[in-house]
Amino acid sequence: MPTYRPGPVSLILAALVALFLLMPLLAVIPVSLTPSRMLAMPTGELSLRHYRSLIEDPRWLQSILLSIRIGVVSSAISTVLALCFSLGVWMFQPRFTAALVGFVLLPMVVPPVVSAITLYFLLTSISGFSSFFGYDTWLGVAMAHSVMTVPFATVLILVSLSQLDRRIDLAARGLGATVWERATRIIMPNIKFGIITAALLSFVLSWEEIGVTLFITSVNAITLPRLMWMGLRDNIDPAIAALSVILIIITVLVLAVRSVMTRQRAGH
Amino acid sequence: MRGVLSDRMGAALLMAPLLLFLVLAYAWPFLGVVKWSFTLPTPGLGQYDALLTDDLVQSVFIRTLRIAAIVTVVSVAAAYAITVVWVRGGPAQRLIAEFCILVPFWISVLTRAFGWVALLSNRGLINTWLQSIGFISEPLTLVRNEFGVVVGMTHFLIPFAVFPLASAMRSLDDRVLLAARGLGSSRMRTFWTVFVPMTRSGIIGSALIVFVFSLGFFVTPAILGGGRSVMIAELIYLRIFQSPDWGLGAAISVVLVLFVGALMALLFRYVRPKQLI
Repeated sequence: MPTYRPGPVSLILAALVALFLLMPLLAVIPVSLTPSRMLAMPTGELSLRHYRSLIEDPRWLQSILLSIRIGVVSSAISTVLALCFSLGVWMFQPRFTAALVGFVLLPMVVPPVVSAITLYFLLTSISGFSSFFGYDTWLGVAMAHSVMTVPFATVLILVSLSQLDRRIDLAARGLGATVWERATRIIMPNIKFGIITAALLSFVLSWEEIGVTLFITSVNAITLPRLMWMGLRDNIDPAIAALSVILIIITVLVLAVRSVMTRQRAGH
Repeated sequence: MRGVLSDRMGAALLMAPLLLFLVLAYAWPFLGVVKWSFTLPTPGLGQYDALLTDDLVQSVFIRTLRIAAIVTVVSVAAAYAITVVWVRGGPAQRLIAEFCILVPFWISVLTRAFGWVALLSNRGLINTWLQSIGFISEPLTLVRNEFGVVVGMTHFLIPFAVFPLASAMRSLDDRVLLAARGLGSSRMRTFWTVFVPMTRSGIIGSALIVFVFSLGFFVTPAILGGGRSVMIAELIYLRIFQSPDWGLGAAISVVLVLFVGALMALLFRYVRPKQLI
């Protein structure tokens, strides 16, 4: 526990920053309740029409289902690839590890717009041979999202491996366990939490991904962020405010559950 | 001997799928983009020449650097203020600060940009309120210009600026601060002459991260700039989709990667990667 505490000036400045951080999240609540068809503050009566339009307009539901499907597939791909790679790094500590890990982290460091044009190049090239896997297909988006999320999954799994005691693995090895047995019965159960976190983070990142998705979809593979983007650019649709409120509530709930869980884990 | 061989093969087998995936789905197509920059629409260095001579491209580059610099200064300062409380405040203060940092962090960039539109637009919360109290008669133009872009990007990047600062402040030795206070230094003086210099690596790391992120930022400028305050990333998007000028889009991307690569090299000269997490 730090003994040097922030003084009143620090507290006031921090409070202003906190207010700035929360302001746009709070602002969407009144907008979502406006009876107007346009983006406006409610002037008197409130209405749930924009929440209703989320249910009634089939495009929202379709894009939500598509985003879930893409998120699940890309999260599975990136978690499995990241797990295998990290196990290889941790168990065998090959030469050039730093260079290989650096290469894997590239999509995280390169500006997203450059990744976007790169994946656009890839998927339009594939589209030449295939109509179900390439530009503007859900499989193409899932693959592109895997490229973007795999560095994050790798970092998380490598971090949890770095906290694992090597002697456990050495003991298993000394007792004659094969590589497969060591990986699946000794190491993976010990980094279970890291693997689950990696899968969840990959899903969330894919669910929110817009920078790359904009470049690789046009009319068929409309994910939820893509649909929100269209609504924000063309005419500002208050249904987006209703959707935003729902997303914010889910985020706050998930973070609250997570912080309770971390506290319990720390308590044991 | 057999053991060594099987170790190597094991490592290769486990690491190969991801490496192969990224080579095929990322490195190879990037080379394709580099090829575009030299071949479209006509083979040669024409696109790179345009980068140096085209007025529009030049002004977008300058605007991007200017916005990135402003956003960096404001974000790091704001992040510093809230990180001090997050790392060194009392339990309740820490909880509130953490909530204010992490909730926006996990919320989609689109929702956040939309929130700013709702606040800043002509019929948004701020203008409505200022008009209702009679402070202004005409709505202020707060969005679809550079101001809106700076506000939205700063909001997005503060949490990213927090993490390196937090790690620098956590590893700071309390006894030095107490010693400074004990020797009669005022709170302010201790802060500026002891606390801030001791978190220098965090400040550099945080500034470079924010700056690098700002350079390639797309969604927030596109929405809050409303097409009037175009930054590099949006220019690439427009070149690809609105005027099929793939060569120029590709050339800008290549230059952006080289520039960011140079900045990252600089970053790792000053800060060890571990300090960033």
